[in-house]
Amino acid sequence: MIKFLAKGLIRDRSRSLFPLLTIIITVTLVIFGIGFMEGAMNNFLQSTAVISSGHVKVVTKAYEKESSQLPNDLALFKTNKIIQNLSDLYPNYFWTPRITFGGLLDTPNEDGDTKEQGPVFGIGIDFHSKTSRQIEIWELEKYLLHGNLPKNTNDALISTKLAKQLSVNVGSTVTLISTTMDNAFTTYNFEITGIFNLNKGQVDRQMMLVDISGARQALGMEGAASEILGYHQSLYYNDNEATSMRNDFNLTISDSITKVLRDEASYDALSYMNGWNMISDIEKRKLPRQRTDALSDNQMYDNNEDWEDLSVEDPAIYAPTMIALRDASQLASMVDFSNVAMGVMAGIFLVIVTIVLWNMGLMNGLRRYGEFGLRLAIGESKSQVYRSMIIEALLIGFVGTLLGTILGVSLTYYVQENGIDYSEAINQMSSDMVLPNVFYAKVTSELYYIGFIPGVLATVLGTMLAGFAIYRREMSQLFKELES
Amino acid sequence: MSTKNVIEIKNLVKQFSVGEGYFTALQSVDLSLAEGEFVGLVGPSGSGKTTLLNIIGGLDSATHGSVNVLDKSIEKTSHNERAEIRRKNMGFIFQSYNLLPVYTVYENVELPLILNNVEKTDRVKKVTQAIEWVGLQDKINSKPAQMSGGECQRTAIARAIVHEPALLLADEPTANLDAENSHNIMKILSKLNTEMSTSFVFATHDEKIMGYLKRIIHLEDGRILNDKKISIPKFS
Repeated sequence: MIKFLAKGLIRDRSRSLFPLLTIIITVTLVIFGIGFMEGAMNNFLQSTAVISSGHVKVVTKAYEKESSQLPNDLALFKTNKIIQNLSDLYPNYFWTPRITFGGLLDTPNEDGDTKEQGPVFGIGIDFHSKTSRQIEIWELEKYLLHGNLPKNTNDALISTKLAKQLSVNVGSTVTLISTTMDNAFTTYNFEITGIFNLNKGQVDRQMMLVDISGARQALGMEGAASEILGYHQSLYYNDNEATSMRNDFNLTISDSITKVLRDEASYDALSYMNGWNMISDIEKRKLPRQRTDALSDNQMYDNNEDWEDLSVEDPAIYAPTMIALRDASQLASMVDFSNVAMGVMAGIFLVIVTIVLWNMGLMNGLRRYGEFGLRLAIGESKSQVYRSMIIEALLIGFVGTLLGTILGVSLTYYVQENGIDYSEAINQMSSDMVLPNVFYAKVTSELYYIGFIPGVLATVLGTMLAGFAIYRREMSQLFKELES
Repeated sequence: MSTKNVIEIKNLVKQFSVGEGYFTALQSVDLSLAEGEFVGLVGPSGSGKTTLLNIIGGLDSATHGSVNVLDKSIEKTSHNERAEIRRKNMGFIFQSYNLLPVYTVYENVELPLILNNVEKTDRVKKVTQAIEWVGLQDKINSKPAQMSGGECQRTAIARAIVHEPALLLADEPTANLDAENSHNIMKILSKLNTEMSTSFVFATHDEKIMGYLKRIIHLEDGRILNDKKISIPKFS
């Protein structure tokens, strides 16, 4: 009988090919839709993470309060040690120092006088360490339009927009005019080795990228960094993990250091700070006083009502604190909204296609009441007919979902690798948000099974519902439908 | 030679719910049918002939009364038991043939044998024989859409008799056919009735086939008006 039914199933395209195609298309759409939404949101977050926030980042408490001013006088010291400790504590993340700085970039003419001058937003990143993944996450090999990546301390990359503004090319020398972390005037010459376009809207308008060693020399920040950025090894932002890590760090490490810094006598606290002793000792014995004095001379942070329990006199302002991506750039509401919106959209999408496939299963069952009536007449029992309907739906649903999943995941993978370019639309926006020009989908583990909800479950449930009528109807009623 | 009854119906009443009341389709029907009979249930639309046929076939249940078919009390059997009776002992012919469109003539005729778990070699023999009976050897691999109405109904007949049932129920088997095809179909059925021990019950109001019937039971408003045996049918 199974062979007989299979023969009919293969021959009757309205029973096999049409439902199969519907399921394949629907499942493909579900998978691609969810994969693309997931990927697009991750692209947006990743762009922000790469340029400004990391998935998490560690800064001093004071730096966090004044981060909009790029206050390198509030930077972290002994960053190698901190990075080592962070790597030990959170091995799923990789950590990298970052110096962000502002200033003027001056291009000289043949006589050494200023030819062009303009503001610059500089970022010192770790180009040269063996374990550094900065070139990878910035995708610099892709976005570098001219020249080469920096090899020397004073090499620099600048954006196409800044290069155009300053009329400079690869090989030109530019002078950075800025202040050191001790608030002293500084000038430093960089040689432009490459020009890039990050394809991230207006973000790279005034951007210069240098190796962190160059930034340290230029700004007198030996061993220091504005921030230490952490990225999940997979480069996929997991908001729950990042926020729980931030809470853990701030409770167990940051607060302990704060306590030590405030109370030199409380050495007990050091015992569970697991490797932070060295920094704490340095910060506690020497640097806070020195830096607090410097801050006191500088009126820049006098207006510090927003510092809550911190004051410029408080040595604890140099305690490291961790910030998750959602805390930076006012992204919390965006992350929350996107999580809810993604859930709602995926849910609605799933419900719609589930109803479509449910309905298809139902209609397919109803359409065949005549056939069922006949089969009952020639002696099949209701349960045999019902069972064959379910097996058929299960088979079609499974094969369709399998093919749809393969197709959907392949399509999502293709868009994950190649992306969809929205350059024109993004470039017309004048937003401060870090928006990527190219959106990539994301193949996540859930894509391998999510299609089975509409593909198999809905199809089978729809068929089951249609099949219930076989049990509820008098057989003579099925016969009337058979004859009609 | 004594013949046993294949159908015994006593005081059969069938009512259908209509709104808050009910409609009586059959009332006080008493009927006996002997093995090998060729009977027509005749009457206008709504007289109750299809309802009676459905109850005999176990497709519907009586409201009151007793219905014995092939020595089984239909009202006391479960759905599965009724399905088994139909599968093994009954054949059905419908007005609109009801062939499965994706299967060939051979496969449509084969279906009852598959349900009865008949061995493949026996199936081939029986299906070939049934198709020969109805004269469709040259259409054995055709599908219903490629055949005329008469050929489709002959296929349906082959399907109904392939497992040599004790009882064949036909509901308006010639209603969709022209006169020539109607006569051809009735000739085939009447020949089968002579050659096999199968009993035939027709529900019909087609005057053309009356001449083949050996017994005519007139139904009107759910009652048997008269029950007439014909010793020599017109087209015997």
